[in-house]
Amino acid sequence: MSTETTPATEAHAIRGVLLPPQDRPRPSNPLTASLTFGWRAMLKLKHIPMQLFDVTVFPIMMTVMFTYIFGGAMGAVVSGSTPGGGAVREYVQFFIPGIFVQTLIMITMYTGVTLNKDISKGIFDRFRSLPTWRPSQLVGALLGDQVRYTLAGTIILSVGFIVGFRPDGGLTGVLAAFVLLLVFSFCLSWVWTTIALLMPTEEAVMGVSMTIIFPLTFASNIFVPTETMPSWLRGVVEANPVSVVVSAIRELMDGTYDPASLGLVAVYCAVLVAIFSPLCMVLYNRKS
Amino acid sequence: MSTLLSSGDLAVATSGLVKRFGKTTAVDGVDLTIRRGGIYGVLGPNGAGKTTTIRMLATLLRPDAGEATVLGHDVFTEAKTIREKIALTGQFASLDEDLTGVENLILLGRLLGFTKRAARSRGMDLLEAFGLTDAAHRQVKNYSGGMRRRLDIAGSLIVTPELMFLDEPTTGVDPRSRNQVWDIIRTLVDGGTTVLLTTQYLEEADQLADRLAVIDHGTVIAEGTPGQLKAQVGAGALKVRVIDPAEREQAAAVLRTSLGVDVVREADSAGLSASLAAGQSAAGGLSALEEAGIALETFALGQPSLDEVFLALTGQPAEESR
Repeated sequence: MSTETTPATEAHAIRGVLLPPQDRPRPSNPLTASLTFGWRAMLKLKHIPMQLFDVTVFPIMMTVMFTYIFGGAMGAVVSGSTPGGGAVREYVQFFIPGIFVQTLIMITMYTGVTLNKDISKGIFDRFRSLPTWRPSQLVGALLGDQVRYTLAGTIILSVGFIVGFRPDGGLTGVLAAFVLLLVFSFCLSWVWTTIALLMPTEEAVMGVSMTIIFPLTFASNIFVPTETMPSWLRGVVEANPVSVVVSAIRELMDGTYDPASLGLVAVYCAVLVAIFSPLCMVLYNRKS
Repeated sequence: MSTLLSSGDLAVATSGLVKRFGKTTAVDGVDLTIRRGGIYGVLGPNGAGKTTTIRMLATLLRPDAGEATVLGHDVFTEAKTIREKIALTGQFASLDEDLTGVENLILLGRLLGFTKRAARSRGMDLLEAFGLTDAAHRQVKNYSGGMRRRLDIAGSLIVTPELMFLDEPTTGVDPRSRNQVWDIIRTLVDGGTTVLLTTQYLEEADQLADRLAVIDHGTVIAEGTPGQLKAQVGAGALKVRVIDPAEREQAAAVLRTSLGVDVVREADSAGLSASLAAGQSAAGGLSALEEAGIALETFALGQPSLDEVFLALTGQPAEESR
């Protein structure tokens, strides 16, 4: 068969394929390297479409469940109307921007899990032995995840429109909110990558991330207005970065643009990146 | 010792290299001087510190103490320059299992600075040379152990490295693939690349390495050519098989007289083994047999195996070291 080669011809073929030193290109710059790693993340989506389960089915489930199970009761509280069908429509206006934020934040967590899995494999050593900017693997993975976030966000908003969400801010407001959320998700995902580098196993990353994510998303204004909470909790919930982002996104989707809340989101983003991105890169470089 | 050679002639020079993980000292003062060209083997049992040493030389781990230069560059201050000249093939295939063979090579080619198009054509050329064209578009997770190894080595040759680290290149591959990997390594060395390989297979070190260091408990316990190491442990044995088993007793007597050593009868009816003293020639024994008119089916000078070398150096067999 043609696949069977004798050692002599194989040796000849290998000698022939060795690249002369003068033909060698300069190693890729940090931007190209990061984009190349982003391309790798896309290839992974292509080969393992099951990876998209969490960004497709999960958002649909959450949106539909919360709308119809809690909507009738909570809508009454939110809008002061009587419980039932009318309240569901009121609640959808309040809740869709919230679930939009919650779902994307929950998905950012998988960035850390994926990274931890990558590090435990042989390919991590190969990447680190290449003459490229080392953090490009991290940056590339985070860039690739933007595609996942966009997909999940699009699904939630579509389901939202189906169940009756009609934002006053129109397309412009929704798009602006989307961009803001993608920026925030990128900044937040540095937290999970840091955890991924600190924890020994995938399961540990998942466990720690969940422990942070649950209070972060539930102790917020995603599901209910803060006015219904006891005053001590209200202070905490209103300072929660997730609440800040949700407020800004509600405003954008409502068409009420408030520079102060956008500014606050920018501050939170800057703080997250300023703390976690250098920490992450140091940990990454030290990782053995 | 390295003062005699300028560092540019050396692929690797280390002195007193130490790496600790918590309370464990994985590498405990390794001294190595490896010239450019040829294959250098680092032999040792599991957990001896081979992989940790390689990882420090490949700039993946920072040593806790000692000095090391790779191709004349300091691992502490010139890591980036070193990375431009080396390639690493890790103990477990350094590939992305979810991607196809060609995608793996494009990925590495892009990172090394090729355009997407050039990276693809370079990848296809390499796959062809390594007999993997048919598997180019299959995910690596569906490759056999031998195919993975070949792709792994192909990934290290996108640009030709001056020094290639191979960490246990044939662990977990079948004998036929093992021979292929050995041929590939020899071809690379002919092309001018220096290869530093670790192995726990004594046969592999013997087959491939021009020189080797034996590592145990994080230190080099012996260094030299495979022949020197064997000689250090003791000489070998002259093994003969007579054609006519009836002549075996006579042959045994001839060998005993001519060589002046003990002669052992092998389990079969025709074999004899005379153990030689260090430096003793076996020629006298063979010519005495010829004069006595005893016809031989085969004769061979058996050197002690590296297993025996290991036993003699460490006081325990290689496999049971830990």
